[in-house]
Amino acid sequence: MKRFIYIFFFNLFFLNKSYSLIEVDITRGNLDPLPIAVSPLHVDIKSDSHADINVKELGSNISQIIERNFKNTGLFNPLKKDAFVQKPDIAHLKPRFEDWRLIKAQALVTGKLLIKDKKLKVEFRLWDLTAGQEMTALAFTTTPSNWRRVAHIISDKIYERLTGEDGYFDTRIIYVAESGPKNQRVKKLAIMDQDGANIKYLTLGNELVLTPRFNPTNQMVTYMSYFRNKPRVYLLDIETGNQEIVGNFPGMTFAPRFSPDGKKIIMSFAKDGNSDIFTMDLETRVVERITNHSSIDTSPSFSPDGKFIAFNSDRSGLQQIYVMRSDGSNVKRITFGKGIYGTPVWSPRGDLIAFTKMHKGRFYIGVMRVDGSGERLLTENYYQEAPSWSPNGRVLVFYRETKAGTKGEGFSAKLWSIDITGYNERRLSTKTDASDPSWSSLLSK
Amino acid sequence: MTLNSNLKNIFLVIFTTLILSACSTAKKSADIEGDVYTGKETVEYLASGVPDRVFFATNKSSLTTASRATLRKQATYLRKNKNLNVTIEGHADERGTREYNLALGERRANAARDYLMTYGISGKRISVISYGKEKPVNPKSSPISWSQNRRSVTVKVN
Repeated sequence: MKRFIYIFFFNLFFLNKSYSLIEVDITRGNLDPLPIAVSPLHVDIKSDSHADINVKELGSNISQIIERNFKNTGLFNPLKKDAFVQKPDIAHLKPRFEDWRLIKAQALVTGKLLIKDKKLKVEFRLWDLTAGQEMTALAFTTTPSNWRRVAHIISDKIYERLTGEDGYFDTRIIYVAESGPKNQRVKKLAIMDQDGANIKYLTLGNELVLTPRFNPTNQMVTYMSYFRNKPRVYLLDIETGNQEIVGNFPGMTFAPRFSPDGKKIIMSFAKDGNSDIFTMDLETRVVERITNHSSIDTSPSFSPDGKFIAFNSDRSGLQQIYVMRSDGSNVKRITFGKGIYGTPVWSPRGDLIAFTKMHKGRFYIGVMRVDGSGERLLTENYYQEAPSWSPNGRVLVFYRETKAGTKGEGFSAKLWSIDITGYNERRLSTKTDASDPSWSSLLSK
Repeated sequence: MTLNSNLKNIFLVIFTTLILSACSTAKKSADIEGDVYTGKETVEYLASGVPDRVFFATNKSSLTTASRATLRKQATYLRKNKNLNVTIEGHADERGTREYNLALGERRANAARDYLMTYGISGKRISVISYGKEKPVNPKSSPISWSQNRRSVTVKVN
């Protein structure tokens, strides 16, 4: 009895203090997105002008980026601004909740900014309109050129407060930008913000480059390049542009990924027709063989605790997914469904493995538990592969190719994303054709 | 009588259809045998009568009888031209994952290399490189082009 009462009180306390009335459940497909009003941030009239930034419009531009982020999640429905009832500065001070409820908003974002002495000072508040209270507030200072990141950081804070999960907006995606005819593709490494802004090309396209992947702990990238016609795994510092070949292998190295602590690269090395999995410690340069089998072992991916490795192998005849300990012991096949399976990628949350499945001439992106059970196919298409996780493990980005005609016409490669619920499939905007996406960790963490 | 001639006509139609369809399938299957390309389109020659490439079945790297005959011609040619070195490029079709296809291309190029070596060509003269699905010779998305793209190509390097 005593215990009962204790739990009862604890729950009451919890409900009143930590939980607000509005909450977004992201574990299921959200067919009823939360109506949210994002007020333009109020621009302080004392703000300095800025050579590269339209300061007058900055508050409005930041709010638009936040809105787009929210809309892209599929979990929120940002309301049209022309229905807004209060001026940004007044709403930020203390909104008239009943007025905002009138336009059916359940949450409201307000904010203000000031540019002074080459510093951008921003604050925002998130309001629960149903309960009539402030849910979270934050102020921070940065350089004005960071204003897009400010919008993403605010988006992350609000997403975290409303869903209880980490956000993924202040992130970047590295990918391969493609151009030219299908049988003479030019491929360049490219990087962009998660929302498609700030595209930068990191290589010139002189040599074939493939499969860039972020280090989960910093801004290093590993990828494969045919520099001087030698297909090898490279390490690239995207801040300095410095790059180096990984290891000294007498043959092709490919399919690189970082270990979760960022200290090792795991990859395949092909010799005499046989591909096995190796790791190289980036500090000590020690190379370790992980698999030793006469089949093709490739596409390795560490579990987030570093204890296991998922990979695909054709040791049973066709490509299937296997899991082993990180020292290569205890290899277990986990896929037994119809079709063939490739590109296993362990979720950053550790609970799921994303994969590509090929069956009867169709390609699927799916997720399964790490023992292979509970397979869920999220999307089916003519050709798609190479899923990469958002850092919070809620969204997958992958690439999709279309059928080509006699001269290659009609062919395209584009980036797409889908929630692990199977909802909210959408194309990511890239200026060129694109493939092999890899999602970074949160930049501000 | 009319029934009889009607029947005859129907049979004639069925018969012609059968022949026509047999022709069209024959035309297609002439260039593919058990998933392996056997035609001459896209093939180039190291020298007169020495084809530069061999073809593979989906996800396979085993050599067919025709492929072995081609490689024996290449071996004879390489024995006659002792100062010639070659690179064997291994390729896959576009219907697989990129990384697996890189490994598959490497395995195919090595299958060809191993065969040349059993016919007395030194491994030092033969380097291999895999391009996976990155360099299709035929850009079309169709079973016949995929079969042309599943190949290993012997290329002179000097």
